[in-house]
Amino acid sequence: MSVLKKTLLATAAALLTTTAAHAERGSDGHLNIIYWQASSILNPFLSGGTKDVEASSMVIEPLGRYDEKGNLIPWLAVDIPTVANGGVSEDLKSITWKIQPGIKWSDGSDFTAEDVVFTADYCMHPEGGCQQLTKFADVEKVEALDALTVKVTFSKPKPHPYGPFTGGESPIIQKAQFQDCMGAKAPECTEQNFGPNGTGPFRVTEFRANDVISMEANPNYRDASKPHFATLTFKGGGDAAAAARSVLQTGEFDYAWNLQVDPTVLADMASAGKGQVVSAFGTSVERLMVNLTNPDSALGDQRSTVEGGPHPFLTDAAVRRALSLAIDRQTLSDVGYGEAGQPTCNVLPAPAIFASTANDECLVQNIDLANQILDEAGWAKGGDGIRAKDGVRLSILYQTSTNAVRQDTQALVKQWWGQIGVETELKNIDAAVFFGGDQSSPDTFQKFYADIEMYTNNFNGTDPEKYMSNWTCGEIPSPATNWLGSNMPRYCNEAYDALAAKLAQTSAIDERAAIAKQMNDMLMQEGAMIPLIHRGGVSAHSNTLGGVLMNEWDSELWNVADWHRTN
Amino acid sequence: MTDAALPNQAPPGEPAMRPHRSLWRDVWAQFAVHKGAMAGTGIFVFIVLAVFIGPYIHTLDPSFIDIRNKNQGPSFEHPMGTDQLGRDTFAQVLAGGQVSLAVGVTAMALSLVIGTLIGVLAGYFRRLDGPLMRFTDLFLALPLLPLLLVIIMLFRDTLRSAFGPETGIFILIVFVIGITSWMQTARIVRGDVLGLKEREFVLAAHSIGTRQHRVISRHIFPNVLSPIMVSATLGIANAIITESALSFLGLGFPSDFPTWGRLVFDGVTFLEQHPERVLYPGMAIALTVLSVNYMGDGIRDALDPRIRSNR
Repeated sequence: MSVLKKTLLATAAALLTTTAAHAERGSDGHLNIIYWQASSILNPFLSGGTKDVEASSMVIEPLGRYDEKGNLIPWLAVDIPTVANGGVSEDLKSITWKIQPGIKWSDGSDFTAEDVVFTADYCMHPEGGCQQLTKFADVEKVEALDALTVKVTFSKPKPHPYGPFTGGESPIIQKAQFQDCMGAKAPECTEQNFGPNGTGPFRVTEFRANDVISMEANPNYRDASKPHFATLTFKGGGDAAAAARSVLQTGEFDYAWNLQVDPTVLADMASAGKGQVVSAFGTSVERLMVNLTNPDSALGDQRSTVEGGPHPFLTDAAVRRALSLAIDRQTLSDVGYGEAGQPTCNVLPAPAIFASTANDECLVQNIDLANQILDEAGWAKGGDGIRAKDGVRLSILYQTSTNAVRQDTQALVKQWWGQIGVETELKNIDAAVFFGGDQSSPDTFQKFYADIEMYTNNFNGTDPEKYMSNWTCGEIPSPATNWLGSNMPRYCNEAYDALAAKLAQTSAIDERAAIAKQMNDMLMQEGAMIPLIHRGGVSAHSNTLGGVLMNEWDSELWNVADWHRTN
Repeated sequence: MTDAALPNQAPPGEPAMRPHRSLWRDVWAQFAVHKGAMAGTGIFVFIVLAVFIGPYIHTLDPSFIDIRNKNQGPSFEHPMGTDQLGRDTFAQVLAGGQVSLAVGVTAMALSLVIGTLIGVLAGYFRRLDGPLMRFTDLFLALPLLPLLLVIIMLFRDTLRSAFGPETGIFILIVFVIGITSWMQTARIVRGDVLGLKEREFVLAAHSIGTRQHRVISRHIFPNVLSPIMVSATLGIANAIITESALSFLGLGFPSDFPTWGRLVFDGVTFLEQHPERVLYPGMAIALTVLSVNYMGDGIRDALDPRIRSNR
C-alpha cells in the first residue's frame, strides 16, 4: 500500500513543479488512452455509459463543469450564475448563462446561444429517448436572449439550478450538425453521433464503434497553445487488469481508467516504475441493496414488485441490522480496494457537509451482537445451523456483476453471514447484462430477482438532491414503468418522500445538508441499503504524462487540453 | 484385409486346440502393450482417486476463508498454499476436480450418445440421412453462446428451485454442453458408416438374413468405435473447458463453488505474484486431458481388429 501512497505523493509533487512549458499546440505528439469498456457512441444524450460520456467530453463541452475538488467552474460560460451575481433570479425559477465570446466549433463556425437552446430541445424531445433527461427536469423553456446569452426557466423554484448544461453528461451539441436528428431520428444519425463537431480540444478523425477512436487537435480550439497533443488514440476493450498492465508495466498506453483490480496486484504493477496510480474520492459507494419485496419465482410476473407482497424476512428490521453488523467493512476494504476504499455506513458519504455520523455503529464488526439481535427477534437456529422462524429460513440469494473483487467480497460476506446462521447463495452476472437494462433479461439489477444485490452508485456534481430522490415511492421499478427507476430496494415511506419534496424547495445550504443527512439516516436505519465501501476512482497514467488531475465529480478527461509530456 | 489369411491364426481343422479367447480379453491384451495408454490410465485413475478420496484425508473446507492466512506459500497445513482470501488451494483443487471431472465425463457421455445415434442412423438409413444431417448442420450453424444464454436464462430458475443451486446448475450445464457438442461426432460416425455399409462383410451379413439392428450392433458399431473413442477423449477436454468459460460469464456455478476452470480464471489476476495458483489447476486439467487422450489412443488401437491381429 505504501507504494500507492508514494506514487500519489509523487504525482502531487510532479504537478506542483511542472509548468506548462510547451506553448505550441500539438507539440507533444501522440497520446494513448485506454478505457477497458469500449466507447460505442460519442453522443452522451443517447448513452448513459460513463465510457461514452467521458470519450465525448474531449470533443463536446458544457457551459460549466466540476473541477477536481467538486467546485462548479465556468467552462464555455463567462461565470457561474448565482443569485448574488444576478444570474439566478430571486424566485429561483430561472438562470441566465453568459457565454464566452469568440468560441468556435471545430468546423470553424461560431458557437452561439442558438446551439445551447437547440441542445435543450434535442434532449427534451418527447420521442428522442434522451438519456440525460433528468438533467433537464422541471425545465419549462430555454431561450436565447441574444447571441451569447441563454435563459433557462423552470416550472418551479430550483435551489440548485445547475442541471442543464453542466458536467460531462450535459454538453452542448451543434445545431447545424444535429438539426435533422431530432426525436425518433436521433439514433439514426450515425455520422453525427460518431463524429460530433465540438468546441473541445480534440476532434474525431475516425470512429470505430466498440473499438478505437482516433482524434486530432481541434484547429479552432479557443486556447491557441492547447491541446499539447497533436493526435490521440482512445482504445476500448479488454479488462481492468490488462488496462492497468498496459500503462504501468509495458508502457504502451499513457492513461487507463477505472482500475478495479486487487490492490496488491496494482501495487506490484506500479512498482515497475513506468507509471503511477492516481485515485480520488467522489460519492461512489459500494452497497448492498436489500430487496423489500418478494422475489419468489412462484410469483411469476409479480416477482420483486410491490404487488407481489413484502419480502418474507428482509422486511424484519432486526434481520437487516444483524446482516449489516456481521460485516467487517475494514477487511473488505483492505482485500478489495486498498487505498481506494474506506469503510462507510452511509449511502451519502460526501461532500463532507452532507456526511452523517449517526450510523457509525456498523463500522465495527460485531458477530455476537448480530447473533443476539437475531435470537431476541425469535430467529432460532435449526439443525443445519440456519436460523428460521415460523417455517421461514434465513436463506439469501446474493447477486452482483462479474468482477474478481466483487466475488471476493461476496465470499467474505457469505462466511460472516454463515456465522450468524444465515445461508447465502452467490450469483454473479456479466456486467453487460446486469447493468444492461434489457427488459427481456431476468438478470438486470432493476428486476432484482434476488434477495440482496451489490453494486456501486454515485452522483455527478456535489448536490445530492436528485440522487436522494432515487428512493422515493415513485422511483420503484416495476413492469408498469418498464423496470425503469432507481429505487432498487422498493423502499416506500411517505415521510421520506416528504423530505425529498422539502429538499427540492430549500435553498440554504445548511438546511439542505440537514435534510439530506436526515434522508440518509432514514434509509440506513430502516435498512433499505447496507453500505459497504466508500470507493475512490482509480486510474493510472504514465510517468511521462503530466497535467492529469483526477476528477470524480465530472469526466476524468475534463482537463485533457492541459495534459502534456514530461521528461 | 479382414478376410486375409493371418499367420498366427490356428490352422483350419484344429479349433479345439486353441483356448477360448473373448473379444474383451483380446482388447485388454492389446491395450496393455500400449505404454502411453497404460501410463495415461494410471494417471487418470490417480487423479480420480485423489479427487474423490483426497478430501477425506485433507479435510480442510475449500470454501473456508481465513483472511489472516491469505497468500501463504506451501506449508504442511496448506500443501499448495492459500489464495487471496486465505482459502486452502489444495482443498479447492480437489473439490474443483470433483465437479470438473463429473461435468466432463457426464457431458461427454451425453454428447457421445446423441452423436453416435444420429451418426449411425444417418449413415445407415439413406432416407434419414438428409433430414438428420441438415439437423446437424443446423446445430453447427447456431451461434453457440447466444443459444447457451437463452437456455440458461429460461431454465436456470426452474432447475434451481427443483434441485437446489448446485445440482440444478450441474444438470443444466451437463445438458447444455452435451447437446451443443455432439455434431462433430455425428459427422465423423456417419462418414465411417457410409463406407462400412458397402463393405463385403456387411453384404454377407445381409445375405444370410441378419436383421438391420443386428447388422448395426454386430458389424457397424464395433467398427466405428475407434473414431467414437477419439471423439470421447476430445469431448472430455472440451466439456471441462466449456464449463470454465460458462463460469467465467457468470452462467455457471456460483462463484464460491470451485471448479478447475474457475480456479484458473481466478488465478490469472495473480499470475505474476503467485503463478502456482494457475499452475496447479491448469496442470490438473492438462494431465487429465492428456491422460484421457492417451487412454483413447490405446482403446482405439485395442478395438481395431486390424491392429490387434497384427500383433
